[in-house]
Amino acid sequence: MEEQRVGKANGQEPTIVAFFCTWCTYTAADLAGTSRMKYAPNVRIIRVMCSGRVDPQFVVEAFAQGADGVLIGGCHPGDCHYVEGNYKTLRRIALLKRVLREMGIEDERLRLEWISASEGDKVARVINDMVEAVRRLGRLDLPGKRKGWDAELLHHDGPTEALAAAAASDGR
Amino acid sequence: MSNPTKPQVAFYWCASCGGCEEAVVDLADGVLAVVDAVDIIFWPVALDFKRSDVEARPDGSIAVAFVNGAVRTSEQEEMAHLMRRKAQVLIAFGACSHLGGIPGLANLWDRKTIFRGSYSDPPSVVNPEGTLPQESWQEDGRMTTLPAFRDTVRTLDQVVEVDYYIPGCPPTPKLLMDAVQAILTGALPPRGSVLAPDIALCDQCHLKATKPDRLLLTSFKRPHQVLIDPETCLLAQGLLCLGPATRAGCEALCPSGNMPCSGCFGPTSRVHDVGAKLISAVGSAFDASSPDAIEAVLSTIPDPVGTFYRYSLPASRLRRKVSQAAPAEAAQ
Ligand code: SF4
Ligand code: SF4
Repeated sequence: MEEQRVGKANGQEPTIVAFFCTWCTYTAADLAGTSRMKYAPNVRIIRVMCSGRVDPQFVVEAFAQGADGVLIGGCHPGDCHYVEGNYKTLRRIALLKRVLREMGIEDERLRLEWISASEGDKVARVINDMVEAVRRLGRLDLPGKRKGWDAELLHHDGPTEALAAAAASDGR
Repeated sequence: MSNPTKPQVAFYWCASCGGCEEAVVDLADGVLAVVDAVDIIFWPVALDFKRSDVEARPDGSIAVAFVNGAVRTSEQEEMAHLMRRKAQVLIAFGACSHLGGIPGLANLWDRKTIFRGSYSDPPSVVNPEGTLPQESWQEDGRMTTLPAFRDTVRTLDQVVEVDYYIPGCPPTPKLLMDAVQAILTGALPPRGSVLAPDIALCDQCHLKATKPDRLLLTSFKRPHQVLIDPETCLLAQGLLCLGPATRAGCEALCPSGNMPCSGCFGPTSRVHDVGAKLISAVGSAFDASSPDAIEAVLSTIPDPVGTFYRYSLPASRLRRKVSQAAPAEAAQ
């Protein structure tokens, strides 16, 4: 794929973690697959029952573990299998974005899209589009950044022998 | 002076406001019982022992060391290592040591910005040469040194291993007494525990009965903007009370005084990132479904990071502002 070779950030491909609701977006991703639509291979899809199941903790965890972007896919408003799970997601993501922005994590790294079961082409389009946007931003690489932040520390001692002995004799 | 039959205890403070030390003094009569039972061998704020006195002790010879405050400077980092080496049990005392605390909010900036904000930008500061604190300075052949000011504020357990945590800003005297009792009688929970109940604060709140199961708020209010009804759950009144996502143990002191809980006890053991969990809870508690309506409600929370991570930014999964991107700063 041409755009992949052109847009590599620091020579490394960005990773996007995608949470797709089982009723709509995951089914659409399946459809994209069976219809042999091509999309960037940078996405790791995690199936959840509802976009409302995506706790903002999942999103920060994905970033903390090295994701460069997080994509959440749910049913169109009004179509949620659980009636209003996606509205909850909309509110949470809006609030989470405000926090991430302040933490220096760009808006484009977190994306929420409504994709119904029949919109396989939209899955491909959204993924390609997001990979491109994140590539332009470069890697987020929080694990690497954490190492950099910790480089200013003198050293880590680990537990002392006395402590290890005390812990062992406690049987804990 | 030291009595070999009594367990030896040390107190130390790092990046701290002094409130935690005050909490120890607040034991009032209780402090006598503590002094009776233990031998305090190091407490810079109150007793004249030196770092070299501690260094001279054998490793592991101190029974318990209580360290409050976050770790910001190289000196605090060294002291954390020293306390860890000399103590059998190291206790992170107070929100700053436990989660980073209020000083941890400085992780929204970096050292450069903080120095600029303190030593050159304020209108009350005259500093045409742009002099900043130096780690060492030589004059007349003499060298003076200062601890290094780190870029990032850390929790105690991001620097050394910690055995127990006593939460709170500051911890209540009762919590401290309970911990001392537990230590003296050997009734400590598993290592790594937070020495407070593992349930949400609402459970200890006298307003719990008035807390609705489902909240459909249309705006969030700050305490100075409303006349607070002392008989009704503060969250139900639109005040961002963090009781539902904060660990119990303070006995709901703040809500009892008509102040919403601001989360100083940190989360229960099931929560991995306090702020994100609160975003989840708050997202469920208001009533708006179009992007514009949502933005309107959210604009009533002027400082989301300061609200949701007030005591825990360094302990969050993100830890600090990612320095390479600063669009928020530029935009505001
Ligand atoms: S936890 Fe609170 S009282 Fe203790 S040092 Fe930090 S700010 Fe002060
Ligand atoms: S006032 Fe706060 S702590 Fe008390 S019940 Fe309501 S939400 Fe919980």
